[in-house]
This record gives sequence, C-alpha cells and structure tokens, in this order.
Amino acid sequence: MLISLSLVAFLPFLLFSVLYFKSFLLLRDFGLGQLIFSHSWHPSRGEFGFYPFIIGSIWVTLLAILISTPICLLTAINVTQYARKRFLRIMHPVIDILAGIPSVVYGVWGILVIVPFISRYLGPWLGIKTMGYSILAAAFVLSIMIIPFILNIMIEIFKTIPMELKEAALSLGSTKWQMVKHVLLRKALPGIIAAVGFGLARAFGETMAVLMVVGNVVKVPTSVFDPGYTLPALIANNYGEVLSIPQYDSALMFAALLLLVVSLFFNLLMHFFISRYNKY
Amino acid sequence: MMETAIKINNLNVFAEKSQILKNINCEIPKNKITVILGPSGCGKTTLLKCMNRLTDLYPELKVSGEILINDKNVLDPDADIYKLRQSMGLLSQRPYPLPMTIYNNIAYALKLRGVKGNRKISLLVMDYLRQANLYEEVRKRLKEPASKLSIGQQQRLCLARGLAVNPEIILADEPTSALDPISSRFIDEKFQEIKTNYTIVVVTHILRQARRIADHVIFMYLGEVIEQGPAAQFFENPREEQTRLYLDGMFN
Repeated sequence: MLISLSLVAFLPFLLFSVLYFKSFLLLRDFGLGQLIFSHSWHPSRGEFGFYPFIIGSIWVTLLAILISTPICLLTAINVTQYARKRFLRIMHPVIDILAGIPSVVYGVWGILVIVPFISRYLGPWLGIKTMGYSILAAAFVLSIMIIPFILNIMIEIFKTIPMELKEAALSLGSTKWQMVKHVLLRKALPGIIAAVGFGLARAFGETMAVLMVVGNVVKVPTSVFDPGYTLPALIANNYGEVLSIPQYDSALMFAALLLLVVSLFFNLLMHFFISRYNKY
Repeated sequence: MMETAIKINNLNVFAEKSQILKNINCEIPKNKITVILGPSGCGKTTLLKCMNRLTDLYPELKVSGEILINDKNVLDPDADIYKLRQSMGLLSQRPYPLPMTIYNNIAYALKLRGVKGNRKISLLVMDYLRQANLYEEVRKRLKEPASKLSIGQQQRLCLARGLAVNPEIILADEPTSALDPISSRFIDEKFQEIKTNYTIVVVTHILRQARRIADHVIFMYLGEVIEQGPAAQFFENPREEQTRLYLDGMFN
C-alpha cells in the first residue's frame, strides 16, 4: 500500500523530470525566454518560438471558460433551487451522457455545425471575413465539452448547502433571489472556483476536438475569428514525424512540459482561491 | 383572560405518503413562552415551520387549514410572506450564521427590514449584539467571518439576528439542543427576560426544559395535539392519560 502510495505521489515529479530531461536540448540551445516569447516557428530552419501556441491555447481556454461558466452557474442554480425535483432526476443522466461522448465526436460536430455557422452566418453578419476554422469555433466546441463537468460539480455544491441555511435567510424576510444571491452564492464560492479551475485545466489540455476546428495555423491570432494553434494540437499533429530531428523532438517535449507546468499552476491557483474564500 | 397571538384552526399537513399533522387546533397566548412538547418525530418542527411558511420550501408538503396572526391567515396564498416572516424571528436547532462577517449577519437582517443609513445600522447592530450578550466578546472582531465563533456564540448571534428583524413572535426549534449548558441556560433565561415584549414559541422534546421555561404547553404525539393548557395545570394535573404517561417517563 505504501509503495503504491509513494508511486502515485512520485508520479508528477517523474513526469516532470522525464519531460525536462527530454526538452533540455532545446532549453540549452535557446533559453527559456526566447522559447516562450519568440514568434517565429520554423523547425526546418531551427527556429522554435512557442508564443503563437501559448497565446492560441490561452485564448481558446479562457474564451471557453467565459462561455461555459455563466451557463453552468445559472443552470445549477435553476436546477437545484427553482426547478422541480423530477427535473434534476432527468438532468443527471443527460449530463452524464454529454460527459461520456468521445471528444472526436464533438470535433466532427464542430466541423459540421459550428465551423459553417461561423463562416456563413456569424462572420458575414458581423462583417468579418473568416473561414470558420478559428479560435472562436474551438472555444465554442470546448465550452460545450466542459459544460457537463463544471455543471456536475456545481450541482453537487449547491445540493450540499444545508436546507437550514436557506431557511435562516428566508426567515429574515429575504426573497428567494436575495437568498440565492447573498447567501447561497457566497457559501458556494470556493466550490464554484474549484469547478471553474477544474474546467480550466480540462480545457487547456483538450486535444482532439480543438485540433479539428481551430485551423492549425502557426500565427498569433489577432481576433477570435482568426485560426490558431494550441499546444496539445502541436504535439498531436507532429509527434511521430519528427523523431529524426532531435531539436524538433525536444521542442515537442518542451510543449508537453509547458502544458504540465501550466496545469500545475492552475491547480495551485485554484487551491489558493479555495482556501482564501473558504473562511465563511 | 389572556390574549391570543396565534390561533391555529384545522391545520393538516400531508407529505407524499403520510400525514404529518392531523387536524391541529390550538391557541398560543401573547407575551408568554409556549412550549410545543412531544417525542421526536411527532410533527413539532413541521408545526413551527407552518407558522412562518417555511413549508413553502418543501413542495412535497400539502398544507391546509388556517393559522391566524392578528386576524390574518398566514396560509393565505396571497399573504405577504416576506413581511410575515419578518414578524417572526427564527432560532433553529443548530446555529446557521450567514456566510458573512459577524457585523453583516445582523446588518443584513436590518437592511431586509428596510433600515437605511450606515450610522443607524451600526448603532442597531451593537444594540442587538448587546441584547444577545455577545457584544463584549466580539466587539474587536466584528469584521471576522461569523463561522469563526464558537457554537454557543453563533447561536447567540442567530438570536441577535432574529431580533434584528423586529419581530413580534420568536420561533425556536430546540434552540439549545446543540449548545453547552452555560449557553443553553443563557438562551432559556433570555427568553424569560424578553417575553414581556415577544410571543415566544419553543419546540422541545426535553421535559426538564419545558418545566423550566413554559407558561403554556402544547403536547403533541404522532401528529396530533393531545393536550394543551397553562403549564401549572399541564404538569400538575394533566387531563389526558397519554400526557400522564409521558410526564412519568413511561412512553414508548
């Protein structure tokens, strides 16, 4: 038992050191600053700037969170506080089904629905020329993918708030909405942050569905209608072809290292916020 | 003849499969402590929650009958439940402070009541904290989260908060069951002290507590009111066989 425990505890460290070791070649040749902030990505010329991928990943992730968080929050509040109990019983399997759909299916759906919608309707309507494969398309698909995960956690959080706390708030003469706004939301805040952080980590690492709709163009996007490229997509698209070029191979390892570090960072940030707001 | 604060006529409460309250008829005298006494699970808490319509929170409950306070029927669907709930302070079994600072727990109640102006609010907050004997203990930590207080302090904070809505009636659901003896005694004594200004309804299953504080007793068993009357008569000379058995500790 102790062995398996120490193995699990050791695993992130192991992952980190392997990736660090493998990307050391690139880090030694270029240095961290240049790798992260350089715009030019020309592996054949020996130029490895990760900036477009990092920015692409951040845009897609943040946009997806921005779309899905309000939807999840309002749905969770409605389902747990306002709707009939029967409705919650129907919602649960629906959410589980959504969560269980393979990401490649979401990707195909994105290509068939979201991409044409953006290129034919949303873009022209706003007077923007776009081919549809874009940061926005990826963010849409991604937000739909992470909704079930965030929603499930949020529903659980609102369900665990004791009935007596609601009674206390209502007995003071608050309306139901005042009770939700001033008492429940504040009580649930650490949990809400945790749910969003969980969604953030998932969205940042999601590969397949994003890769299918984001456009995979190595360029720093200037608007959400521009195509982009993300770190996981970079690894997935190129790994296997590049083993012959040591620097390229090392570059992909560095991308993986970045992903690991960023998701660790999200994790720490989340814990910080939870402990900060958990005092009530 | 004593004045009646709450009059309950033919109150019935049904849950999905069972009947929780069966044809309740009773009167609660004004400016007295009325104890609703009975073994656990006999519907005491449900009766209390009917009075300030917290039963609305449980859609599975079907409530019928009349609860008259100042000649208005609480159960009327058109009743202003927000005003109505503010006319009753609630003290629950365990303290549930709102997820805010100590100060804001009471300020929130004041704001809901319509009190305006920071200075006025701040004076009233101090005043209610003093009434609940809490001010001296917390005056240096008003900006701390209320959850940092001990359970006994939290319950006193909840009492202060309940008084802050300026109620006529105080509803208390086994308010001392989670508290240490000293905090419990404080709550009991406080009720004695303030009953000249409020009508107090206390739910309890503890006979000793009932004997100590009650002016008037409503004894319930299995969803029915078995006996009700002034405390002296109820404890010394009960009319019903079941009451006598309960008082002798021979129940169940």
